[in-house]
Amino acid sequence: MLDLKGYGPALAEGAVVTIELAFLSLALAVTLGLLGASAKLSGNRVLTGIATAYTTLIRGVPDLVMMLLFYYGGQVAVNALSDYLWETREIDFFFQFDPFISGVVTIGLIFGAYMTETFRGAFLAVNVGQIEAAKAYGFTRWHTFRRVMIPQMMRHALPGIGNNWQVLLKTTALVSIIGLTDMVRVAEEAAKAERMPFHFFIPVAAVYLALTAITELFIRWLDKRANVGVVQGN
Amino acid sequence: MADAAPLICRDIHKTFNDLEVLKGISLETRKGDVVSLIGSSGSGKSTFLRCINLLETPTSGDIIVHGDPVQFKHNRKGERIPASNRQVELIRARLSMVFQGFNLWSHMTVLENIIEAPVHVLKVPRKEAIERAEAYLHKVGIYERKDYYPAQMSGGQQQRAAIARALAMEPEVMLFDEPTSALDPELVGEVLKVMQSLAEEGRTMIVVTHEMAFARDVSSQVLFLHQGVIEEQGTPEKVFDHPESERMQQFLAPKF
Repeated sequence: MLDLKGYGPALAEGAVVTIELAFLSLALAVTLGLLGASAKLSGNRVLTGIATAYTTLIRGVPDLVMMLLFYYGGQVAVNALSDYLWETREIDFFFQFDPFISGVVTIGLIFGAYMTETFRGAFLAVNVGQIEAAKAYGFTRWHTFRRVMIPQMMRHALPGIGNNWQVLLKTTALVSIIGLTDMVRVAEEAAKAERMPFHFFIPVAAVYLALTAITELFIRWLDKRANVGVVQGN
Repeated sequence: MADAAPLICRDIHKTFNDLEVLKGISLETRKGDVVSLIGSSGSGKSTFLRCINLLETPTSGDIIVHGDPVQFKHNRKGERIPASNRQVELIRARLSMVFQGFNLWSHMTVLENIIEAPVHVLKVPRKEAIERAEAYLHKVGIYERKDYYPAQMSGGQQQRAAIARALAMEPEVMLFDEPTSALDPELVGEVLKVMQSLAEEGRTMIVVTHEMAFARDVSSQVLFLHQGVIEEQGTPEKVFDHPESERMQQFLAPKF
């Protein structure tokens, strides 16, 4: 049996942090992606401008820089807001911008930009006749979006979502630099203390691999469901 | 309003950029009318049909559905737009459309396609909507395909499913936009047969078509459009047998 020299529980806790971080970031990224894609396709110049600025900015700045900026900058911003509210309105508002929140926000924002592009392409791939039929039968815009656009674009979006998810999961390893005790951070400490890098990093690598493999299967299952009603080419 | 005309269009104009596609089209229907819109490609017949349910907004002119006139306003750019999205949705729910390309929702089964709008737009209880859908599926002769997805059926079956979807709205007027133009020749007949039976039941229909035999035998009124104006209008006998306009005579002349 693998002997983790007493680091087992800490590594397991770290793995839970990694998983929580990844799923919360994914939820944020998907939400931002849907909003971003809707904004880009809205035909409204202001909304399109905001979404374009967002994706351009995020995709042009290294993840690491963003992470540091949000963590250190985030607390400064919260402090400033807190001072302002107290001085002007006597509202007592403060919260600690902890590494976990910074991690989720940063990773969510980064992948929200990639998801925006994924969803935008997927929405554009929906046949206009499908949307026209919805209009012609008196659907509201929201009903059309929910019952026709989302299910129809999903089959175009899922491969992209799957790719983004895998990169997102691996990007969570970056949070160790802002002091969050994820799986990588625990392994790094253990490897240094015990002078056994292989011993600790290989199991960590295996956990990442297992996570990506399991979720890949799940995405394949979703993909099958999203493609129901589509006759596949030979 | 029991006797109000199902649909009145008055002096409909439509301009795309600088191109005037419709130059004043008027149409008045009585209950049970079958109106065929014929004419060559680009004559404006499909655009006119799409103006009726506001998939295109007419640049000017009135549309009155069962006594209820569509309200328009002008946006900041000075373009004419419907005044109320809600009214547009309500009107569309009373004018169901059958498309050239079927446009069945591909992620739903035939039955789901048919009950979607009755349940979500008309708020018909689901159970009742299913019963209604099944009755219409029997009528168009594809009941046994109700759990198929559109892509698993032939074009003729898909178009019949689309007609069932339109019927399930129990609409004031049914709009058909070249319903047989995307079909293989051997499948055209099954769709026309269904449409003929609807006409015989007294449903009000407006049909854009290239099927001259259908227009002649089934319609009560024929409109021949050419370059955005009505060149010839009247009963099939008048339009086909005694056309006054030279265009109509050319249109009917044997092509080879």
